[in-house]
Amino acid sequence: MPFIPHTEDDTKEMLKAIGAPDLDALFDEIPADLIIDSLDGVPDALSEMEITRLMRGRAAQDGAPLCFIGAGAYEHHIPQAVWDIATRGEYYSAYTPYQAEASQGTLQTIYEYQTMITELTGLDVSNASLYDGASALAEAALMAVRGNRNNKSGRILLAPGVNPTYEKVALAIAGSQGLSFDRMPMDAVTGNAVTPVNDSEAPVAVVIQQPSFYGTLEDADRLTNWAHEQGARVIAVVNPTSLALLKAPGHWGDEGADIAIGEGQPLGVPLSSGGPYFGFMTCKQKQVRQMPGRIVGRTTDLNGEPGFTLTLQAREQHIRRSKATSNICTNQGLMVTAATIYMALLGFEGLRQVAIRSHQMTQRLLAGLTAIDGVDRLFDGPYFHEVAVRLDRPVAAVLDALAAQNILGGYDLSEASPELGNALLVCATETKTDADIDAYVDALKSVLTK
Amino acid sequence: MSELPGDLLYTSEHEWLRREEDGSVTIGVTDHAQAALGDLVYVELPEVGQDVDSGGDMAVVESVKAASDVYAPIDGTVVAVNEELADDPEKINADPYGDGWIVRLQPNGDIDESALMTPDDYQSLLDEEES
Repeated sequence: MPFIPHTEDDTKEMLKAIGAPDLDALFDEIPADLIIDSLDGVPDALSEMEITRLMRGRAAQDGAPLCFIGAGAYEHHIPQAVWDIATRGEYYSAYTPYQAEASQGTLQTIYEYQTMITELTGLDVSNASLYDGASALAEAALMAVRGNRNNKSGRILLAPGVNPTYEKVALAIAGSQGLSFDRMPMDAVTGNAVTPVNDSEAPVAVVIQQPSFYGTLEDADRLTNWAHEQGARVIAVVNPTSLALLKAPGHWGDEGADIAIGEGQPLGVPLSSGGPYFGFMTCKQKQVRQMPGRIVGRTTDLNGEPGFTLTLQAREQHIRRSKATSNICTNQGLMVTAATIYMALLGFEGLRQVAIRSHQMTQRLLAGLTAIDGVDRLFDGPYFHEVAVRLDRPVAAVLDALAAQNILGGYDLSEASPELGNALLVCATETKTDADIDAYVDALKSVLTK
Repeated sequence: MSELPGDLLYTSEHEWLRREEDGSVTIGVTDHAQAALGDLVYVELPEVGQDVDSGGDMAVVESVKAASDVYAPIDGTVVAVNEELADDPEKINADPYGDGWIVRLQPNGDIDESALMTPDDYQSLLDEEES
């Protein structure tokens, strides 16, 4: 289906009116050497029939394996009602509508979402969401730089447990805007960040991921206070499910984290081979003018009735152009709708039960795995629903052997973090039963005794 | 017709400068600028002690419909900012040349007045923009 409504005659008439010979002439001001005909790895367009066949084939590969992979995206039970409601006609649009105030229901949903996310993170303000957790880190870093003008270094210091993919994405987005990303050293025993860092230059912001990418729990209070002593802003990267049990970033240390971001997928969004997901972002009130994206506020109309409105728009790109707080300020409306329904259905107590159950199943998984010869725990200390183990041989072949038995056995850390050796990251959520864990442990045992 | 005091210098960015007796320079936005922006809701101020370069941005004035940079008209160091604007940005709307001042700079060396506008020059600019 074509998305351009003009007929060929319309186009010709318009070109004639402005005196342009053809459509390409409209792009003449772009230097020729910047124009590319095709992108490596991006195939030519397919017809609807061809793409349907391709996607059906891909979908058929998925099957229903037993999944123990986390590493940033987590399988949780999604109550049937979530997507039943989210896909109603009134909600089923991925976009904040133009003339937003005409869609009061959509704005109210976003407002409720913002309220829930600020409660989870313990901070003052939330935006209407961003693309995903990784791009949210880039935005948070840029925001910290804008808000901390005493420090011109553009240097962002990452705890060792920040998701390596997030760092890559943040560098891709913010690296060209003068930001650099460095890692703090890692304590080999606990996997956590080591301070003080011997630096000639104080960082503009310190990023603390909790739980860390390796599943461990940082001493967030101490790190937050340390970062603030350096004059740095604190960016928290948090898992929303974990916040039902762990201290909210707004209460870390003496002053709390300044900005909290994370991947919203665990809140009612299916794994779907990697997306679409959504990123959440909250901050302290005093940072709100540096926050990118849309923010819905509650107000009263001319008749004194409550109503919802987009607020703080003066720094968005349609007004501020190249000086906007961000030029990626769309939100993930549909994913946020699902997350809002998920959180409303579960309530805080329901989310707490999900978190507790996930932690318990991970405890059982870890006990089962480390009882096998050739499997050891990688780091000491507390964890949430994910934990790293070390195998006595390369991980990739072991995972392949498990996959042949329809078990996704975890995330191979040896590619992103080769210094950790044959390291495997495993996760169990509330979706796993004791029988599932026994099945995994038995399968791994048989693979490792071969 | 916007107000245009005769004892000030102006810039094409719709800012004004007043040379103080102690050698510092007070800077704000003109009556024309505040009227064009509309009711201001927020002013982002620089830090005292910060060095600014002529042409670089040093503050942001934000109304409900726009956020605009305030540029440094000269090289210098920020010696004072109008803290009252934090709670009451509308002072700029009410009194742009008085209580609505934004930043005071200590210039680096002599001020090149030829790079700035006299009240007459600025009036011509406004006339041009209106025509």
